[in-house]
Amino acid sequence: MRAAFALREHGYVGEVTLIGAEVALPYERPPLSKTGEIAAIRTAEAYSDKRIALRPGAFVTNIDLGTRLVSLKGGEAMAYDNLLLATGARARLFPGMEGCLTLRTNLDAQVILSRLTPGAKIGIIGGGFIGLELAARARQAGAEVTVVEAGPRLLGRAVPPQIAKILHERHALEGVSLKLETGVVSASSDRIDLVDGSSMKFDTVIAGVGAVPETGLAEAGGLVVQNGIVVDGDFRTSAPDVFAAGDCCNFDWRGQRVRLESWKAAQDQGEHVALAILGKSVPYNKVPWFWSDQYDLSLQVAGIFDLGAPIHSRSTGDDTTVVFQCDATQNLVAAAGIGPGNATSKDIRIFEKLIERRTIVDAGRLADPSQNLKRLLAAT
Amino acid sequence: MAWIDACSTDDIDAEDVIRFDHGGRTFAIFRNHEDGYFCTDGLCTHEDIHLADGLVMENTIECPKHSSIFDFTTGEVETPPACNNLHCYKTKVEGGRVLVDI
Ligand SMILES: Cc1cc2nc3c(=O)[nH]c(=O)nc-3n(C[C@H](O)[C@H](O)[C@H](O)COP(=O)(O)OP(=O)(O)OC[C@H]3O[C@@H](n4cnc5c(N)ncnc54)[C@H](O)[C@@H]3O)c2cc1C
Ligand code: FES
Repeated sequence: MRAAFALREHGYVGEVTLIGAEVALPYERPPLSKTGEIAAIRTAEAYSDKRIALRPGAFVTNIDLGTRLVSLKGGEAMAYDNLLLATGARARLFPGMEGCLTLRTNLDAQVILSRLTPGAKIGIIGGGFIGLELAARARQAGAEVTVVEAGPRLLGRAVPPQIAKILHERHALEGVSLKLETGVVSASSDRIDLVDGSSMKFDTVIAGVGAVPETGLAEAGGLVVQNGIVVDGDFRTSAPDVFAAGDCCNFDWRGQRVRLESWKAAQDQGEHVALAILGKSVPYNKVPWFWSDQYDLSLQVAGIFDLGAPIHSRSTGDDTTVVFQCDATQNLVAAAGIGPGNATSKDIRIFEKLIERRTIVDAGRLADPSQNLKRLLAAT
Repeated sequence: MAWIDACSTDDIDAEDVIRFDHGGRTFAIFRNHEDGYFCTDGLCTHEDIHLADGLVMENTIECPKHSSIFDFTTGEVETPPACNNLHCYKTKVEGGRVLVDI
C-alpha cells in the first residue's frame, strides 16, 4: 500500500493494482495487540482518487516470470511490467500447537479480543512482543494471565536485557504470572503441556512464537529465497522486474543479511521500491526501528543489537532507561529506550540519526546525561 | 481568535518545542533554528499523540510515535503515515513573550 501511494507521489502515471488476499481495506496491524482498534488506513475514495485499483480478497496462486503473469485463485491472470511482492509473514505455530489462537490479522484480533474478559484464564506461549502486548491488554481487561517462555528471559531475541528487565518487573507488578525457562511440548485451545510433564488449563491459549515469512509465491516462481525473499540494495529480487519489501524480504543491513518484522521498515521499503521502479533509487540507509507499547510504557529500538556484545547505559531520569551499543570501531550501531508515554522518543530519534550518519562516538560521553544529544547530532 | 500570551521566548530551547494548553485545547509551540516561533495544534493528525515529545530539526517536527514529519511553518505533512496537515496559528513576539492567535 505504501509503495502504491509512493508511486503516485513520485509521479508514476501508469496502472497500479493492489492485490491482497484479505477482504478488508488495508489496515494497520500494530494496534491489534495494543488498543485492539481495527481501522482502514485510507478510505476507498483515497485509492480511487490516486487511481490505485484494489483487488481485495484476491489470492495469488502463481507468478510466471517468463510471461510476466500473476495467476489468481479462480483462474484469472494479470500481466505486469513490475511486480512487488509484499506478502508479509504469517504467525508461526510449532507442530503440536495447532489448536492455539494466533494473532496476525483483523479477524484473529476479533476472536482474541472477545476472549479477554474479566476473570478469563488466558495462557500465552511466548514472551516476545506480541505475547507481552497481549498480556498487558488481557490484564487491562481483567483477565488472569500466564506467559510461558522457553528462554531465560523475556524478549531474548532483539531487546537488551536492561530493557527486558523493566518490562518483566512491570508485568509481574500488574499480576501477570511469568514462567521463564519453561518449554512447551504441545498445546491446544485450552491447555499447555510442559516439558517437565505437567499441564496447565486455561480458557484460551494464544501462541506468540514468531512469524514465518510468506515466501511460497516467490519459491513457486523460482526466485532466490533464504530466510525471506532475497533482495539487493534496490529491494530487487533475483528477477529484474520483481521486487520484495516488508516482512517477507531478506536484505543487507551494513554487511549483515536481515529480515525484519517492523512496521517502519515496511513503509520505508515500500517507498524505496517505488523509487527504484521509477529509476530514481537512492542508497537505502534507513535504520531498522521498532516500537512496542505495554501498559503506559513505550519502548523503541533503533538499529540492531548484538546481544552478545557490551551494551552501555545513558543515565536518564528515574522512570526512563536508555541503552546503546557501539561496534569495535566505535561506530554507534543500536540504541533502545523505555519509559512512560513517549519519554524516551526524542533521545532514540537522535540516536537513530547518529546511527544513520555512521557517527563515531565516545561511549563514555554518550553515557553521560549532561552531554546534550542534540548538540552532538548538530556536530556530525 | 484572540492573541494569547503563551510563554517567554526563553521557555523554548532553540530547535525545540513545548506544549501549551488553553481553553480546553492543546497546542505545540516551536522555536526553529533561526529563533522563529510557530504554533500548531498539539496532537499529531495520525493518532492523537502530543507533538511536544517529538524532535525538532530546523522547520520540521517529527512525531514521537510513528515518525510522521510535519513542516510546522506551514503544517504540511512531509512524511507519512499522517495524511492530514496540521492546523497552524499565527504567532508574534513582543517584549520577550510569545503570543499566539488562537
Ligand atoms: C499484532 C501485531 C502487532 C505488531 N506491532 C508492531 C509494532 O508495535 N511495531 C512495529 O514496528 N511492528 C509491529 N508489527 C509488525 C508490522 O505490522 C509488520 O511489520 C507489517 O505489517 C509488515 O507489513 P507487510 O506489508 O510487509 O506485510 P503484511 O502486513 O503481513 O501484509 C501482507 C499482505 O499480503 C497478503 N498476501 C500474502 N500472500 C498473498 C498471496 N499469495 N496472494 C494475495 N495476498 C497475499 C496477506 O494476506 C497480507 O494482507 C506488528 C504485527 C502484528 C501482527
Ligand atoms: S501518532 Fe504521529 S505518526 Fe502516528
